[in-house]
Amino acid sequence: MYPSRFNYESPKTLADAIALLDSGAGETKVLAGGQSLVPMMKLRFAFPGTVVDINNIPNLNYHRFDSDGTLRIGALCRHEDLEHSDVIAKGQPTIAAAAPLVADPIVRTRGTFVGSLCHADPQGDWAAVMIALGGRVVVQGPKGKREIAMKDFVLGPFQTALEFNEIAIEAVIPAPAGQARGGYLKLERRVGDFATASVAVALEITGGKVVRAGIAMAGVGGKTIDATDAASSLVGQALTEANIATVAAAVAAVAEPRSDHRGSSDYKRQIIRTFVTRILTSIANSTKKAA
Amino acid sequence: MTSLYEEISTPPAGDVPVRRVTINVNGQARTVDVEPRLLLAHLIRQGLKLTGTHTGCDTTNCGACTVLFDGRPIKSCTMFAVQADGHKVETVESLASASELHPIQEGFKEKHGLQCGFCTPGMMMAAKALLERNLNPTEDEIRWAISGNLCRCTGYQNIVKAILWAAEKMRAESK
Amino acid sequence: MPLDEIKIGGMGASRRRVEDNRFIRGKGNYVDDIVLPDMLHMEILRSPVAHARIKSIDVSKAWDTPGVRLVLTGEMMAARNLAWMPTLSYDTQAVLATDKVRFQGQEVCAVIADDPYIAKDACAKIVVEYEILPAIVNPLQAADPASVLIRDDKENQPGNKVFDWEIGDKAGTDKAFAAADKISKIELHYPRTHPSPLECCGSIADYDRATGKLTVYMTSQAPHIVRAAVALVAELPEHQIRIVSPDIGGGFGNKVPIYPGYVISILASILTEKPVKWIEDKTGNLISTGFGRDVYLKGELALRKDGRILGVRMNTVSDHGAFFSDAQPSKFKIGLMHSAFACYDIPVAHMMSTGYYTNKAPGGVAYRCSFRVTEAMFFQERMVQAAADDLGMDQAEFRRINFVKDDEFPHRTAFGFLTDSGQYGKCLDIGLEAIGYKNFAKEKAEAASRGRLLGIGISTMTEPLGAGNSREYDILGIKMFDSAELRVHMSGKALLRTGAKSQGQGHETTWAQIVTHELGIPAEDIVVEEGDTDTAPFGMGTYASRSTPVAGAAVAMVARKIRAKARKIAAHLLEVSEEDIEWELGRFYVRSNQDRGVTIQECAMAAYSNMPDGMEPGLENNAYYDPPNLTWPFACYIAKVEIDPETGVWDVLQFVAVDDCGVRINPMIVEGQIMGGLTEAYAMANMQYITYDEEGNCIGANYMDFLLPTAWETPGFELYEVVTPCPHHPIGAKGVGECATVGGPAAFVNAVMDALKDKGVRNIDMPLMPNRVYEALTTGNDVYGMPPVRVGN
Repeated sequence: MYPSRFNYESPKTLADAIALLDSGAGETKVLAGGQSLVPMMKLRFAFPGTVVDINNIPNLNYHRFDSDGTLRIGALCRHEDLEHSDVIAKGQPTIAAAAPLVADPIVRTRGTFVGSLCHADPQGDWAAVMIALGGRVVVQGPKGKREIAMKDFVLGPFQTALEFNEIAIEAVIPAPAGQARGGYLKLERRVGDFATASVAVALEITGGKVVRAGIAMAGVGGKTIDATDAASSLVGQALTEANIATVAAAVAAVAEPRSDHRGSSDYKRQIIRTFVTRILTSIANSTKKAA
Repeated sequence: MTSLYEEISTPPAGDVPVRRVTINVNGQARTVDVEPRLLLAHLIRQGLKLTGTHTGCDTTNCGACTVLFDGRPIKSCTMFAVQADGHKVETVESLASASELHPIQEGFKEKHGLQCGFCTPGMMMAAKALLERNLNPTEDEIRWAISGNLCRCTGYQNIVKAILWAAEKMRAESK
Repeated sequence: MPLDEIKIGGMGASRRRVEDNRFIRGKGNYVDDIVLPDMLHMEILRSPVAHARIKSIDVSKAWDTPGVRLVLTGEMMAARNLAWMPTLSYDTQAVLATDKVRFQGQEVCAVIADDPYIAKDACAKIVVEYEILPAIVNPLQAADPASVLIRDDKENQPGNKVFDWEIGDKAGTDKAFAAADKISKIELHYPRTHPSPLECCGSIADYDRATGKLTVYMTSQAPHIVRAAVALVAELPEHQIRIVSPDIGGGFGNKVPIYPGYVISILASILTEKPVKWIEDKTGNLISTGFGRDVYLKGELALRKDGRILGVRMNTVSDHGAFFSDAQPSKFKIGLMHSAFACYDIPVAHMMSTGYYTNKAPGGVAYRCSFRVTEAMFFQERMVQAAADDLGMDQAEFRRINFVKDDEFPHRTAFGFLTDSGQYGKCLDIGLEAIGYKNFAKEKAEAASRGRLLGIGISTMTEPLGAGNSREYDILGIKMFDSAELRVHMSGKALLRTGAKSQGQGHETTWAQIVTHELGIPAEDIVVEEGDTDTAPFGMGTYASRSTPVAGAAVAMVARKIRAKARKIAAHLLEVSEEDIEWELGRFYVRSNQDRGVTIQECAMAAYSNMPDGMEPGLENNAYYDPPNLTWPFACYIAKVEIDPETGVWDVLQFVAVDDCGVRINPMIVEGQIMGGLTEAYAMANMQYITYDEEGNCIGANYMDFLLPTAWETPGFELYEVVTPCPHHPIGAKGVGECATVGGPAAFVNAVMDALKDKGVRNIDMPLMPNRVYEALTTGNDVYGMPPVRVGN
């Protein structure tokens, strides 16, 4: 497998990178981790005229909590940085749960969190996590920066709200109103398989009660599906067997799975229902224990 | 300085741009001219003649091409050679010294951790990356760490044993 | 002091592998590692559609690409009488398509250029106009007389049927069924899968016009067969053809057939007068080279109340793809499918088989399997479990009462094979003990209380490994024997060559151990070479677990010839008559005085420096070995699984393997073969398959869709051993490489079915993906085939 020819640019500043995109009239692709782009170029599904490699732009590889608890993930933060991060392990359970399940361990050393969001694969893990967390994407173009809520960032399969001359430079996860609790479960047939179905859950809990409930799904529709509305009945409640069952059913109902060789739409809904139940039950149990 | 372009391709006609890059490969600075689309795995194999790194699939699944890039394992079929400019690459050929095998190599032989040998270099590099972070891994941690590398022959059980063997030897040596 | 055979690396030593020394250093030498001066690179343009008439091919833009040296089309091949080639099953296969494409991925054009990137660019510039025809993607469609004819290139090909074939005693079987107390039936699909070695196929053809010599470095498990075929197809003189199989990155049967890419690279080298390298990509490998299985199986057992099996009926419908290119003995159209039920004492059996062409990749069919033995044993063990369930008998007990008993050998099977040895009951006992069969009911009830479903699946089987004998087994008329050549140098070091070809089995290590066993020369003093037809003696190659049964036997036999000559030399050196000499490992001595002796090394020196009068100098010989029978290893595999009823995901809690492959040359390597084979069994049972959509698009064309399990999913295996020496093999060994792949799948599937027994589920076809298990357990219905078709009469 051999990619077709392209021009390669490796700008040292964000401004240069944006200028290159701006002059490329849509024939230009940003290369970060490359773990989706390069295989697509090898298969000649993608053949950009110019590749703008942003790996040489300084200060993009970070993830940190601001003093107010806002989590910021830079454009060159690799999956494995999050997987092995102490601050994530302590402070952001949904990301901590999802990080080890992204692709495979070798791909994780290179692939980036923000790059996955831009790839907008309906089976991608991070878009579901971001939607559940109510995250935003910071993008920068010739006219400056703007922030796009994650649920508005993904428009469809492999389509985002990014303009051709914009680069996603940071993911922002707002500070939780209470204690951040959450989880991520994915049904894959083997490590590195795309998700048959997956669920990201992000709760914020104060005094044993849910103050915010975010849930999103991958693999069960033409794009990542936001099920936060379906989870809203949890807000103001302590988790109980009954409300967990209600929400699990409600979330499964808003999935839009297609029947294919990975399973019927009913089966995929069942997986969603089961996973939501398991994550919420596990949170309920540990909340009880802590109390 | 060696120009290795010709070994990969005769200079293409017209305006195909070529980039000059310097990569530290197995401790040695190598300067080469490459077309941007050249995959790092192909530069390593054909340009630098380090054929221990194999290419097994085209879709970033099999891991036969795994090398260390600035110390971390990557699939070298999924990076362009130009991207390695100024970086450090270690291949399977760097494991053994002139006189001694690396404990991971010894472990693979001792525990029959290979059959056809095709996945072995990538598997050993993944193992090296693991042991550099965790010299006392459990069986599950090993299975997890090598789950980006496919082996078709062994069923992995002996690979796991090989890495446990190597870890033990490396722990003893580090004391 | 006699030599310690284990210490010097003889039989039974878990000798560390010689070949590892290069592999662990990254110094293996695979085809793609070979670079010849001025070498060109070839890429193949493949058909994007399954079935279409080629209206036109425009290669002008490809020719215009700088760096392109040659563009080949079917028409150009046809001009040289090379557009079609014979297959290993007496059919023909297109090398480059001329009239039609008949499967997605078929070879249409080839570009030869200065580097593969350029060749790929040029391929993308070729314009082919196709007139799409309906695609036939399963035998049911193929059998429909109204269906489009796939092989309209063949004269006298009235429909899409490849063959009808029948074996056994129909009248006798009918009688057995008429007398049965109960008849138990089952119907299955063994899905299409692929051997998929990590290394794809490839070749470097190097034709030297000055000498007329053609050298081809290639990924072949059987280089001598290739030489013979190239001589026949390309009409080149056989002595001017040299086929070299260097290190091979796994074969599993995929590298037995001769593929168009090899042939095209040869012609390209002849035309360009430069070496031409072709390295297939993974998609090319998965969509165009020899697959495995794809058979619909149904059958029934006639049963007596007490559990004895009175007769077997089997019916197979097989999908061969666009060209009938199974690599199999020519006498048997559906391979050795009739080896089914060989471990059971059954009086009578009958089988009918039909094969069809479809618009899918052509065969190969061997995938770590002796010619359809995998399907046979899978059917057998699924059938046996169903019958035990129907009778309400314990699955282990049902097997035990029907086993051929230890004292009943040699035993003629219902389909006519002769099995010769085994301790089936003992293997089963060891397996049951290890898995904790006695306590299983308790364990299952405990799991049920946690909402989990437990099941135990047993698979017991003996299979025929090591073709020939030459009376019955041939490939393209070439009889299936094998060979070895041994040269002992004057210092007592030795060079051994065989006609087999290792792809990871460790021949360089184990062949030396056989010589050590026979001659007492330390294994480290023996170098083994294979794979170069200019130096290796003629052999039929390595597949069908035939290396140890056939080539391994030849190694023992040639060593014995050497020993016989050395004995004469020893008599000369010791100045006694040959009759007064005794042999112990590595040494001849005078019977009356054990201290007076000469070592094999001393005899070797004398063979070059002090031979008896009238004796030919030197110490070398060869042996061609034609086995009197196949070898019949036995295996008992038992899986214990747990199903998560909310997702259908099943986990293997324990897996026990008891293998009796006769005498083990190198136990470490044997165990490695078994673990690898079990992993492929697990893969097929769980996730690894190829299917096609209605248009004939291949689903499973890369490793994102064709799933090989990783270290994370693959269960651990517990191995046990029983040794019943093969009575006719010179060192008592039997084949082993395939046993686990052949017998393993039924253990996993039977375990899942056992767990679902109470739900009324009788069958889920492989792969047992979670969604299919979930469907069965929630509906109580069987889940059939992928794609969902059922065929049979």
